[in-house]
Amino acid sequence: MKYALLLLLLAAARLPGKDSCLECHSQMTGDLQAPASAFQSSVHFQHGFTCADCHGGDPNSDDPDASMSKAHGFAGVPPRTAVPKLCARCHSNPNFMRKYNPSERVDQNAEYATSVHGQHLAKGDAAVATCIDCHGIHDIRAARDPLSPVYPLNLPKTCAHCHADAAHMAPYKIPTNQYADYLKSVHWEELSKRGDLSAPNCATCHGNHGAKPPAVSSVAAVCGTCHVFEEQLFDKSPHQPAFAAMSAGTCVVCHSNHAILKTSDQLLGGKNAVCGECHDPDSAGGKTAAQAAGLIQDLQSRIAAADAILEQARTSGIEVSEAILRQTDARQNLVKARANVHAFAIQAVSQPVQAGLAIAAEDYRAGEAALKEKNIRRMGLATSLAAILVTMAGLWLIIRWLHSART
Amino acid sequence: MLPIQPSPRRKAIAAWFQDRLAWDSVREFIAHKTVPVHSGTIWYAFGGITLFLFVIQVVTGILLLVYYRPTPSEAYESVQFIVTRVAFGWLIRSIHIWSANLLILSAFVHMISVAFLHAYRKPRELVWLSGIVLLALALGFGFSGYLLPWNTISFFATKVGTDMATFIPWMGSTVGRYLRGGDAVGGATLTRFFGFHVAVLPALTSLFLLFHLGLVQKFGISTPPWVEKRSRGAGTRPPQMPFFPDFFLHELMVWYGALALLGILAAVFPWELGQKADAFASAPAGIRPEWYFLAPFYTLKLIPGHVAGMEGEVVGLLGFGLLAFWWAALPFWGARPDGTVRSKLVTGGAVAFLAYLSTFSLLGYLR
Repeated sequence: MKYALLLLLLAAARLPGKDSCLECHSQMTGDLQAPASAFQSSVHFQHGFTCADCHGGDPNSDDPDASMSKAHGFAGVPPRTAVPKLCARCHSNPNFMRKYNPSERVDQNAEYATSVHGQHLAKGDAAVATCIDCHGIHDIRAARDPLSPVYPLNLPKTCAHCHADAAHMAPYKIPTNQYADYLKSVHWEELSKRGDLSAPNCATCHGNHGAKPPAVSSVAAVCGTCHVFEEQLFDKSPHQPAFAAMSAGTCVVCHSNHAILKTSDQLLGGKNAVCGECHDPDSAGGKTAAQAAGLIQDLQSRIAAADAILEQARTSGIEVSEAILRQTDARQNLVKARANVHAFAIQAVSQPVQAGLAIAAEDYRAGEAALKEKNIRRMGLATSLAAILVTMAGLWLIIRWLHSART
Repeated sequence: MLPIQPSPRRKAIAAWFQDRLAWDSVREFIAHKTVPVHSGTIWYAFGGITLFLFVIQVVTGILLLVYYRPTPSEAYESVQFIVTRVAFGWLIRSIHIWSANLLILSAFVHMISVAFLHAYRKPRELVWLSGIVLLALALGFGFSGYLLPWNTISFFATKVGTDMATFIPWMGSTVGRYLRGGDAVGGATLTRFFGFHVAVLPALTSLFLLFHLGLVQKFGISTPPWVEKRSRGAGTRPPQMPFFPDFFLHELMVWYGALALLGILAAVFPWELGQKADAFASAPAGIRPEWYFLAPFYTLKLIPGHVAGMEGEVVGLLGFGLLAFWWAALPFWGARPDGTVRSKLVTGGAVAFLAYLSTFSLLGYLR
């Protein structure tokens, strides 16, 4: 507390715009110059903070002995274990933070204390991540800055810096394949290839400041923050109590955790079907899975057939936009049927499949009618052209007759 | 074989009409009307083809009017209804659009052939000028009609087109606002484009068409100077063919040919309707105007943002204005006061004009 008050008093007492630390260190080289350069790209520098705000000392003095004297509160490099509290001096102070961003959170340190990182740090383990390991040290940028290590696209790599390092993770006995697995996942594909910054990264499932692996019992709830419908269906399904009794991690049993691949109907039926890992093909569960897979594949193939015939009609110049638009409804039923798989009841899958099949059948008939119409048009054209050619030939004969009559 | 004698009853009917219409004079006029015969006679057909396609435009346009509704909420749906529900509606719409395109092509060919045959010279200067006005009106029909289906392409093409109008020096913003009926393309634009398309432009076209055809009848069809010179040298009258029935039957054959081409295009390549216009959507990639506006469109793309302290678009529009004026004034710089033509100058100018239009249209299409 005394340390913090001293720093605040020193900050208040400094000459406006004067920062002797930055002035001197900017003219140095190597490790002594690097922090000064990095600091100038930080959000703190942009808001007028100085080196002394974290390190103490007197930024008004040009004399290094005076500016970096203990008498002026110079603390040097703060120990790693002191970092969260140092940052929290400002970031946990609502009155202070309100000046910069009224809606800024101020509970990061409290959350951090509940995280695995914070708990280890509290036990004196300085090797765990603190604020500076994720946010940077001198060049701390706003989280929304694309160059920030905690920007959604950069965050997985930031976590991997420690969690993919086997030597670093060895004392904690946790695997180091999460990052490699995540890079194969559909979540990373959405984030990196489609640029959807709301796609899940490490912090979405584990939390950011309060990072912790989700408990087995809360996996479905974590996935359900995005996959709401699937979670609701799962909670009412026969798998919910069964998985709970086995302490199985619900969603991850079928979908894995970090290497969550894009789902396909092959998960239900086929060689790589996940249902087959627990259910024999002849068991009730195995039969339900096979039936659901069959229904979904049937709808998918009917939609594809309708698409193909409608495209054929469209490229022939027949107006089929209404049927093409209606195909969207058929596709929505396919999506619904696939989501309803999480109810693990054939009725839930069958209902949207039947609705989708009806639409696809209607659209297929529209495509057939359009192709029939195309043939009628071609016949009409051929007949008209024949009549025109006969008339033209008649006109030519009359012209010839006129010429011969004159000569 | 004895000639067939008309019955007394038929004679009486003919006499009744003769007393009231005096059609003997018309018959006399037609019987003595001739058309020059030479190696370029085929080019005379394009005036007739353009007229034939105009009649098709009027007929199919009236049929489309039966179902079309010119409001942003109904225009697209009404066209969709025409092409999907109305018997032969797809054919009528497709013929209307294809014949519009062929009409503009045919009018271009007619104009260029008139230049090469030097048919613009005294006393036909006003025939040429009224023809230029008719071509401009045809382009106006194309521009205004393009928006009427209210689909994505037409919406954004009209946006680009009316944006260009705002670069006209001194009065650009007024012209732009007048065309759009506001600051942006919207319901007001559709309503007034519809008004232009079905009322204003047809009325003006009818007037100029009557004027144009009246002058053609008055002065007859022009004989190229080299044919006249050759005949003078030989001491004979330039060879002619009777307008009726010879030229008329030839023309009829060509019209049937145009009808066959129109039928093939309309039936095999019906014009797509596309997606309904959405004012809040972003413009589709690669948007470009109809083929007959491609040359100026591509030229504007090549002009730098600023030229000699003026905006590139302003420079472009001034350039097009000067080019159009130069071309319209052809009878005055292409012929001498004594009526002889500056053949090399006109042919060179026409070739350069044609080369510019075709090259830049092609480049604009491939871009």
